[in-house]
Amino acid sequence: MSSTLSTPTSAQEPGGAPSGFEADRGTDSLGGTVRAYLDRVRGGDLGALPAILGIVVLGLLFFVLRPETFLTPRNMANLADQAAPIIILAMGLVFILLLGEIDLSAGVVSGVCAAVMAKLLADAGAPWYVSVLAAIVTGVVIGLFTGSLVGMVGIPSFVVTLALFLGWQGFTLRLIGEGGTVPVRDPVISAISDKNVPVALGWVLALLTIAVYAALQLNRFRVQKARGLAHAPLAVVLVRIGVIAAVVVLVTAVLSVDRAPAVGVVLAGVPYAIPLVVLLLLLLTFVLGRTSFGRHVYAVGGNAEAARRAGINVTRIRVAVFVIGSTLAAISGIVAAARLGSVAPGSGGGNTLLYAVGAAVIGGTSLFGGRGRVRDAVLGGLVVAIIANGLGLLGTEAYLNFIITGGVLLLAASVDALARRRAAATGH
Amino acid sequence: MSAPIDRPEDGTPTLELRGVNKSFGAIQVLHDVHMKVYPGQVTALVGDNGAGKSTLIKSIAGIHAIDSGEFLFEGKPVTVSGPREAAALGIEIVYQDLALADNLDVVQNMFLGRERKNGILLDETSMEEAARDTLSKLSVRTLKSVRQLVSSLSGGQRQTVAIAKAVLWESKLVVLDEPTAALGVAQTRQVLDLVRRLADTGHAVVFISHNMVDVFEVSDRIAALYLGRMAADVPISQVDRPQVIELITAGRSGDLGIAPAEAAAVEV
Ligand SMILES: Nc1ncnc2c1ncn2[C@@H]1O[C@H](COP(=O)(O)OP(=O)(O)OP(=O)(O)O)[C@@H](O)[C@H]1O
Ligand SMILES: [Mg+2]
Repeated sequence: MSSTLSTPTSAQEPGGAPSGFEADRGTDSLGGTVRAYLDRVRGGDLGALPAILGIVVLGLLFFVLRPETFLTPRNMANLADQAAPIIILAMGLVFILLLGEIDLSAGVVSGVCAAVMAKLLADAGAPWYVSVLAAIVTGVVIGLFTGSLVGMVGIPSFVVTLALFLGWQGFTLRLIGEGGTVPVRDPVISAISDKNVPVALGWVLALLTIAVYAALQLNRFRVQKARGLAHAPLAVVLVRIGVIAAVVVLVTAVLSVDRAPAVGVVLAGVPYAIPLVVLLLLLLTFVLGRTSFGRHVYAVGGNAEAARRAGINVTRIRVAVFVIGSTLAAISGIVAAARLGSVAPGSGGGNTLLYAVGAAVIGGTSLFGGRGRVRDAVLGGLVVAIIANGLGLLGTEAYLNFIITGGVLLLAASVDALARRRAAATGH
Repeated sequence: MSAPIDRPEDGTPTLELRGVNKSFGAIQVLHDVHMKVYPGQVTALVGDNGAGKSTLIKSIAGIHAIDSGEFLFEGKPVTVSGPREAAALGIEIVYQDLALADNLDVVQNMFLGRERKNGILLDETSMEEAARDTLSKLSVRTLKSVRQLVSSLSGGQRQTVAIAKAVLWESKLVVLDEPTAALGVAQTRQVLDLVRRLADTGHAVVFISHNMVDVFEVSDRIAALYLGRMAADVPISQVDRPQVIELITAGRSGDLGIAPAEAAAVEV
């Protein structure tokens, strides 16, 4: 070999060992994981930490302020019901925010879809599955429309969805009529909110969830280790499993306690909204993390030009995220309608969208695109719901609720922007 | 064997351009360009700002359609009408701006748009193995982890990843547009070593640079563009640095370069 060839790379990156990939060989342990996390933080990604801190701090705060009512099983079930529509709407927004786009119409789209379902149930006497399907199809079609305007025509999503925010409200108003409400009394749909998974089944599902999660994590660790791939240390994998197991067991235990207000009746079990949210969480996490579609969503959000040159159909991805967003808005609308027992012209208006965007951002999804996970919607949605729920228990007036939630959103957005600025400043 | 020495160019060039013309509207950017790129060799493509280097490689990549001229790949005439077709032939371009997604890790970037799958599942295991394999083959030793986010890499490391990405695809021709432009001394060294290694592993390499030291260090051939015309396409041993600079700035040097009449025509 010539001198050019065999010359060892004369200049090492700072900290680089001559053989390379030292972090991938599994020799480093917890320290490496901590370092990797700090690296991510410097890169602008704070992970789930702020949202988890928010949940803990707010939980403690309201527990201290309302020890009798806040941490009771009944209020926890109520909190789950309250959080579910916010979380589901926020899950859809995560996809849209990942591209650095926004959907200001997501809230009112949930209203339109719920109105379609309610009208079919009440006026046409359609069975629940037809009505639900119609609501979801409405969501898909609306998403295709919004996505085409953004992705194909090229109008900024802010403008498109601001226009549609007004437009769809008019549509719902026309459908339901001024001052009217359409009741939603179908037993299957109402069950999402007011029925619970039988306690025994709830435990079976909880243990199954833990077992499957643990099996997947351990198997991945085993494969990665065996084939010499980059992997987290076993301790981290075990802690992850432990935390998930503890949360699942705790939630199931609390919600399995009888929370009936009167003696003689029994009200216990996990509200159906929870397995629904968990199911969506698993499904969408799979889509984002394990399929090439999800990979392309991140790529387009991170660098659309790079994605285009890599042969990714950027327009198709743009349209697809809006379809996903509106479809989840439809599901959110159905869950909200089940909870309230009716759909009104204002359904999905007001602070619905603000709560959902807030949830995603508080959870750690960036408004600048490229960074976010489905679980952000769950964690952030819980923070938002705890604020609404706790303030409700305190009996504060509505104005305070608005101001505080707005403040929290602003705080989360500032953290996001500062993290991004820091990342840019450190050359990351 | 790999030092930039004069080698007989008797083999078939990986890429041969014959009489390529390209205009943007009324402005003709490439005039009757001829060029040969051989396997196992680094061909430096030099020329002043605006000479048409980027336009030429974008034509090779299928991003710009050429107006006329012949395009031979491994001796066979081909038409490349898009990046996908270029990639299918085995042509990989590393652009000046690299085009990496900062929010994805090294493996994810290397396989972007061409992910390996197991059914609908991404096959992370095989992608990570292949990425590490390619990086090791290129003797890249500066990456801490192939699962590092690209946002945490230095300029030289990014360039390395972009080049490794091009090599991953059984590419035959790798085109590098100013890979050392924004790098410091140490990182330039790494990238030049990598460019040399690419050729030594059998790739035909086109290397665009404004830095004559770099050009003379790694190249086997030199192709000089002057106002869209190929002033010379010769083995590097046939020219010295002052000559190349003359070719770049005046279009001719001694008996090399475009004919005086033609050069005069270009000046006006
Ligand atoms: N899309 C385009 N439309 C019109 N003119 C163009 C286009 N792309 C390039 N040109 C023109 O073609 C000429 C050659 O540009 P090109 O980018 O190929 O130069 P270059 O040799 O790569 O220069 P540099 O060293 O600055 O990168 C320039 O005069 C430029 O203005
Ligand atoms: Mg250029």
